[in-house]
Amino acid sequence: MGGHSNWPEWIYIGIVIALMTWVGAEAWNVERLVEHIPADAEVIKVTGQQWFWSFEHEDGTKEIGELHVEAGKAYKFEIYSKDVNHSFNIHDYVVLMDAVPGRVNTVWFAPDKAGEHDIQCREYCGLIHYNMRGKLIVEEPSS
Amino acid sequence: MVLELQKPRPIWQIMFSTHHTDVGLLYLIMSLGFLFLGGALALAIRAELFLPGAQFIGDAMTFNRMFTVHGTTLIFLFLLPFASAVGNYFVPIMVRYKDMAYPKLNAIAFWMIPPAGALIWLGFADFTWYATPPYSIISAPGPAADMWIFGLKILGISSILGAINFIVTILKCKHPDMSIGQVPLLAWSFLSSSLIVLVAIPTFAAALLMLLTDRLGVSGFFNPAMGGDPIAYAHLFWFTFHPEVYVLVIPAIGMMYEIIPRFSRKPIFSYNSGVFAFVLLSVVSFSSWAHHMYATGMSFTEKTVFMVGTLAAVPASAMHVFNFIATMWNGRIKFATPMMWAVGGIALFFSAGAGGVVNSAMPLDFSTHDTYWVVGHFHLFVMGTIAFGSIGYLYYMFPYVTGRMYNEKLGVIHFILSFIGTILVFFTQHILGLYGMPRRIFDYPPIPEWIAMNQIATVGAMIIGVSMAIFLANIIYSSGKGKIANTDDPFGLGGKYYYPFEQKNPHH
Repeated sequence: MGGHSNWPEWIYIGIVIALMTWVGAEAWNVERLVEHIPADAEVIKVTGQQWFWSFEHEDGTKEIGELHVEAGKAYKFEIYSKDVNHSFNIHDYVVLMDAVPGRVNTVWFAPDKAGEHDIQCREYCGLIHYNMRGKLIVEEPSS
Repeated sequence: MVLELQKPRPIWQIMFSTHHTDVGLLYLIMSLGFLFLGGALALAIRAELFLPGAQFIGDAMTFNRMFTVHGTTLIFLFLLPFASAVGNYFVPIMVRYKDMAYPKLNAIAFWMIPPAGALIWLGFADFTWYATPPYSIISAPGPAADMWIFGLKILGISSILGAINFIVTILKCKHPDMSIGQVPLLAWSFLSSSLIVLVAIPTFAAALLMLLTDRLGVSGFFNPAMGGDPIAYAHLFWFTFHPEVYVLVIPAIGMMYEIIPRFSRKPIFSYNSGVFAFVLLSVVSFSSWAHHMYATGMSFTEKTVFMVGTLAAVPASAMHVFNFIATMWNGRIKFATPMMWAVGGIALFFSAGAGGVVNSAMPLDFSTHDTYWVVGHFHLFVMGTIAFGSIGYLYYMFPYVTGRMYNEKLGVIHFILSFIGTILVFFTQHILGLYGMPRRIFDYPPIPEWIAMNQIATVGAMIIGVSMAIFLANIIYSSGKGKIANTDDPFGLGGKYYYPFEQKNPHH
């Protein structure tokens, strides 16, 4: 080491490693909680295809481009694709999961209050990828 | 050292030469040509996104083709060949050998690139540089897609040949008096990145073949309709291209290791920690590929493993940053153009790395993945770090290559404009990503925050465009008519430090 002492570098590396350990542990802990799907979550089948989203509720209701849900309930999305890869995204609720043909991916969310949010595709899927958009409409609880 | 441009030779003598500096010159000129071509596409993309609605590109297909070729060009036809140019010029001299180990192989590796570039540019494919199946199999129009696949295939073979040449030159051809612990850090960076290439590239070469046969309909590796799995391609692709990021960034850091001690007029703070960090980076670069795939439906355990693997790269990168700062500490720093680029590059390297930690933390990634955040993040690496280091090194080697000095004032203006522009474009793109704008989109809804951020980014891109025009004028004019450089000490640093470039390998 050229005869000079290197202790500042070791202290610095120690701090960096400690910081990364903290980031990793915190991320692990949060993700563990986020991925825990509530048992009473209602299943919504989401299908991506060039270039729109369609939805099927548990009771058989189907919707295209728009999704109506109720505030205060938990929903579990089962995500399918009919052609190429898409990515189902409700950015306001940090819902993001790829729609991969041949696979079923799941993600869940529980909207807390009524409102309108954008649904979009976040994985490149061709010509109209930029306009593969939809609307999430969260309604007041019916009961 | 080379003074190629002072003693004019017929162009075919340079083109058919196998001498390392001639091949280096070819790499250099070609890579700069592709820098301007790819940069022009970037300006067009930014201009299109200035406002919502179609501006002047007209249709989504053209736009998709443009960003595909933009990315492919700047990664494979600018950054990689530029590093090869520097390696060709300096690695043989640094290990005190007369040439690269295999001069003919070296020339072949170079001459594979122009046809590959032609295939990519004439085809103009639209499936992004990631060529994601099943889109690239069932939807992407040919022959563009097939030409892209063949182009990349050729580039992959060229990279492998180049890597073999660097490894053999450094390990087997170094002067017998020189131990491996005395090889300069720039040469060490080429050794590390070449080893990564040898391990990583064959995987993608195989994936490309499978992609091609899938397109031809004779196989179904990645085609779900034939029982294949698109996610398998994602694994093969990122197993090559996450390490590839380090193939690009490690030589750029090596270039900064040349510039920073010279212009600080101080020896490197710790040579050993530089070597250690290079080797460590090239090992951990293989432990993080699937952090690109958190949202493909990976299990919690898989995600955790790759998050840890990704975070493991941070201490090694931080060691380089520490080394640079400790080298500059108490130095008599001369902020000539190359030093400005190197220091600016370190600052942006730090920012890019900090953003990368956010991406790798699992829950946060779902907010940033496939948005403009990611675009901003990796551009801070490829532009802010790698291109900054490379351009700084270009100014640094300019007097040795041409025997003339570039215009210092224009060099400083180039740096200041590029630095401001880079911050305006790529920092804003991070914020744009947090607002939720997906990447690779031709048009966007008129959301006020999106419009504002896009406009700032476009203005920044135009500033970079202006600075690059100044750069082009400066290097063209100065290589013919610039002041004759004092090649013993072109930057007036006092010449206290050993310049490996003082030697010249005679043509053979």
